[in-house]
Amino acid sequence: MSSHGIRDRVAIVGMGCTPFGERWDKSTEDLLIDAATEACDNAGIALGDIDAFWLGTAGSGSSGLTLSKPLKVAKPVSRLENYCATGSEAFRNASYAVASGAYDAVMAIGVEKLKDSGYSGLVSTRPAGDGTERSLTAPAMFSLLSEAYMTRYGVDPDEFKRVLARIAWKNHRNGAKNPRAQFRSEVPIEKILASPLVAGNLGVFDCSGVSDGSAAAIVVRSEDAPRFTDKPMYVKALSFIAGPGAGPLDSDYDYTTFPEVVACAEEAYRQAGITDPRHELAMAEVHDCFTPTELVLMEDLGFAARGTAWKEVAAGAFDLDGDLPVNPDGGLKSFGHPIGASGLRMLFECWLQLRGEAGERQITNGRTLALTHNLGGAPGECVSFVSIVGCEKA
Amino acid sequence: MPRGIETWGAYVPWHRLRHDVIAQALGSGGGKGSRSVASFDEDSTTMGVEAARLALSAAGPFDERSSVVLSTTAPAYGDKTNATTVHAALGLAPDVAAYDALGSARSGVGALRMALAQGSRSLVVAADVRTGLPGSADERSSGDAAAAFVVSDGPDVAAELIGVGSASAEFLDRWRTPGEVASRVWEERFSEGPLLHLSDSAWSSALKSAALDDSAVGAVAVVGPNARAVAGVRKRRAWPERLVADEPGTGWTGAAHAGLALAGLLDSGSPGDVIAVQSVVDGSDVLVFRLTDALADKRPPASLSEQLAVANDSLNYMRFLSWRGLLTPEPPRRPDPDRPAAPPSWRSVDFKFGFSGSRCLRCGRVSLPPQRVCYHCGSIDETEAVAAAGTRGTVANFTVDRLAFTPSPPMIAGLVDLASGGRFQGEFADVSLDELAVGMEMELTFRRLFSAGGVHDYFWKARPLRRNR
Repeated sequence: MSSHGIRDRVAIVGMGCTPFGERWDKSTEDLLIDAATEACDNAGIALGDIDAFWLGTAGSGSSGLTLSKPLKVAKPVSRLENYCATGSEAFRNASYAVASGAYDAVMAIGVEKLKDSGYSGLVSTRPAGDGTERSLTAPAMFSLLSEAYMTRYGVDPDEFKRVLARIAWKNHRNGAKNPRAQFRSEVPIEKILASPLVAGNLGVFDCSGVSDGSAAAIVVRSEDAPRFTDKPMYVKALSFIAGPGAGPLDSDYDYTTFPEVVACAEEAYRQAGITDPRHELAMAEVHDCFTPTELVLMEDLGFAARGTAWKEVAAGAFDLDGDLPVNPDGGLKSFGHPIGASGLRMLFECWLQLRGEAGERQITNGRTLALTHNLGGAPGECVSFVSIVGCEKA
Repeated sequence: MPRGIETWGAYVPWHRLRHDVIAQALGSGGGKGSRSVASFDEDSTTMGVEAARLALSAAGPFDERSSVVLSTTAPAYGDKTNATTVHAALGLAPDVAAYDALGSARSGVGALRMALAQGSRSLVVAADVRTGLPGSADERSSGDAAAAFVVSDGPDVAAELIGVGSASAEFLDRWRTPGEVASRVWEERFSEGPLLHLSDSAWSSALKSAALDDSAVGAVAVVGPNARAVAGVRKRRAWPERLVADEPGTGWTGAAHAGLALAGLLDSGSPGDVIAVQSVVDGSDVLVFRLTDALADKRPPASLSEQLAVANDSLNYMRFLSWRGLLTPEPPRRPDPDRPAAPPSWRSVDFKFGFSGSRCLRCGRVSLPPQRVCYHCGSIDETEAVAAAGTRGTVANFTVDRLAFTPSPPMIAGLVDLASGGRFQGEFADVSLDELAVGMEMELTFRRLFSAGGVHDYFWKARPLRRNR
């Protein structure tokens, strides 16, 4: 038994992404129509020529009807949910369907309408339980990374807080250059440091934006891609892991890493033939749901050695003009995090960057590969997705 | 064969509300002293469990003739038996019966007396949460606590029952219709009369049944909510000052108070001592015991005085009112929790109520909650149950969640690595933010996380270990 990957067998030939944010003016249906339409226009394909759809949404609808009704299509529509990696999961399954030969052209689309709930943060519905399930919110669960990282590597709490603030500062700075981002202004470090505490040492500015939005991708076989665009984006690797959730059980787990991400990244690098991600990748879009998440991911994804990411962040290694730009579009932090759309939004930035269409945030390091990393759940019990895409076919 | 108290345990919650703090908020009253306060996550059931855990640590085995009885004026549920929650939290066998003795303050001493009158080993638990209207004497002079006793026959009893006396009559002293927050009381000077008369009668019967005169009694506790009557009893008996036990300093704890006072006498007694407790509530009950040589081996892991000494007296009045449902603060902008569902709670009763996990028979790893598949070696259905409620542990990680729903924000929670193996993930109780640290020593405590849809969510929390044994 082995995982083989589908390196270079499928390509993205069109993408769409709505502006993210508090979209009081747009319904879930509106957002889906906007993203789907933009992706089709972009690929020069009619909606009626799409053979099948994969819709990712965590809670803004159930079943394929959530998409087929607003688009008025009568086609196979699969609805997927995989926590915050929902959008990536839609893309992964859509890609496999094309690679299998079952369909010629498919759409992966993600959507989330979070702001209508009226609550702060994410709200999830759970099956009936016994009342012993953890009730900590997402920022609290991810703040466990902070405490653990400081303890393990002996980082001074004030210095650590400043490192986290620098991650937020960087992502806001990138987002300020992105017309589709939820937050489009730079935020001074001192303001980030002074923001009201939400959980542990995390302030409001350490948390990603809660937002509405949708993003979509059209996927075809690589050999068909030139019919749609002269700059297709090839899928080099797709890797996904739902972990055993052993963190809360196992005293050996210390909350300074996501073992699922480490394994997931290794698999993706193997599929894509990458040995030195920090210097082979043009950029990475990673799941910065909270600032310590991005910090730990730099180590789990192999961008920095264990225990050194905090120094690398402080030195600007992952800035837009750094060694390896991370979250050039502003990330979840600044672009916003409409759950089902986020994984596809990450691919949207790769699409723009690799095609040279990223405007004032265009990365010019000459590399041709990009990575997206999307996770869901919490430290110790998460799902993790990594994709690698490239603008050149091997 | 001697019959009496085999083991005992008193539980006093960590929080104290100082009388001067009430006065500061209300601009009147005041005075020295404080009252004990059940935390927002405690009720008569959870405090009863804590007292019973202390009592059970040195008790003999239960059998099919055994029972557990819970007595309180503040039951967590009506209709549904509360003692089954205690039963489950203690991990007692299904053939041990569970009953409530609810409603009046006198039911606590009554349950103890009746258990002493029967055969077999039984557990009697009395616990109470006492509330009065803001600014009232009841609010100030009441308290929250629990006491538990294992009664049995045989040479192992720590205190042999040698005398019993009771006197009852119908009159209005203190009353409350179900659902009311506060009691009503008639003038103390009226009820003083019947109470003194009935107390004399109960005392005489008890001494007579023990074939002793007053001078044989080495220590006595007189307890009740009517301060005039209690003082009157002490005065009439003309006991030397040294014989009369001090009030525990919790305030009057309703159905638990006679038990609390008795636990105090047992804690400080010596073999051969004759001790008596006189409850003056709706009449009077007197229990007289002779302490035995078994006493030393039966002491609970934490005494009443140790618990009284370790207290948080910085509780503010507004928080106290919100815990009692008398003040409703703005909640976080988060959905209310779902009520725990009956079938999943029933399936996981050993974990949810008893904090029992699984140990992998192949690799020895412990899982909490129990897992059918081992996270470490992957074995399937090769496990044994492991009781983890009594284990201690150290904080591995923690956080303060200012967004989560909790009846008393912020929620403090984290992970505790347990000495039994395995890990506790959940909320922390009775902890102040500035003492939290990785490596801090913790123990487990049975709590009520929240209530939703009329269902109380009972589960365990971790709290700092504040005792030596």
